[in-house]
Amino acid sequence: MIWATIAGMALVTLLLRASFLVLPPGVETPALLRRALRYVPAAVLTAIWAPEVIVDNEQLPAGVVAIAVAWRWRVTFATIVAGLAALHLLTWLR
Amino acid sequence: MLPGIAAFGLITGVAMVASGIPPAAAMLMSVLVFAGASMVASAQLLASGTPALLVVFTTLFINLRFMMYSASLRLHFARLPLRWRLLFAYLLADNVYGLTLMYAENRPEAAKRDFFLGAGGVVWIAWQLAVAAGIALGAGIPASWRLEFAAPLAFIAMTIPLLRDRAMVAAALAAGLAVLAGHALPLKLSIALAAFVGIGTGLLMEKKA
Repeated sequence: MIWATIAGMALVTLLLRASFLVLPPGVETPALLRRALRYVPAAVLTAIWAPEVIVDNEQLPAGVVAIAVAWRWRVTFATIVAGLAALHLLTWLR
Repeated sequence: MLPGIAAFGLITGVAMVASGIPPAAAMLMSVLVFAGASMVASAQLLASGTPALLVVFTTLFINLRFMMYSASLRLHFARLPLRWRLLFAYLLADNVYGLTLMYAENRPEAAKRDFFLGAGGVVWIAWQLAVAAGIALGAGIPASWRLEFAAPLAFIAMTIPLLRDRAMVAAALAAGLAVLAGHALPLKLSIALAAFVGIGTGLLMEKKA
């Protein structure tokens, strides 16, 4: 069953990645679709992290720290380190 | 950027093994799927006994953003031979897309192609090594480190730089609220809901602006 899951995930992901790249040159992408797709990364990524951050009293402030660091410096590794450090500090304080 | 990929890859490897996926299957998934966010989510779903078809459905929504990258990169690579475009599709990751967009402006096609191949290759190797390390470490990392929180942190780091205009901020906020409102929905269907609500809100705000 795990193998079928992997095959399905791989197929779906490759189809999404190849979707527009494999279309022959000259084919126009519908304007509305292009505009709608612009919002997909921000919407989907937020939907992944929001529930993990908002679940409890320590992860929420640690998430806020991470958002602030990401906003100011835009460095992935710094964001991860700051968020984890804040989480441990808050746990240790209580 | 590479330390961020290494950290996220490591966590993805650890998460897959911790949820009961055999090490060989986890590594195969990393090579074939090559999309960390969907791999972490699938590991959680598989651990709770979700049917394969629904895991694939969730993967579809989490990885929907690759369709947007694919549409955007087409403007630069549509004239390359099909085998190149298929290879680029496989290597297409969040950070590779971001770097290529920054580089691509006013550059000739050959330079863009070489840049994508270089960036994609380096990211691919760094990612696979990090996942392999995570799989090897697996249960060896104490739960008290709370390393699993690094996965949402990595997604925060990817999201924040996207929020450059009002419509984009509105799309993210609406998606966040929708996913929380839909929290009771089974099997991460809340992510599909949030995708639709976020896209709709973004389009509406854009019209008003």
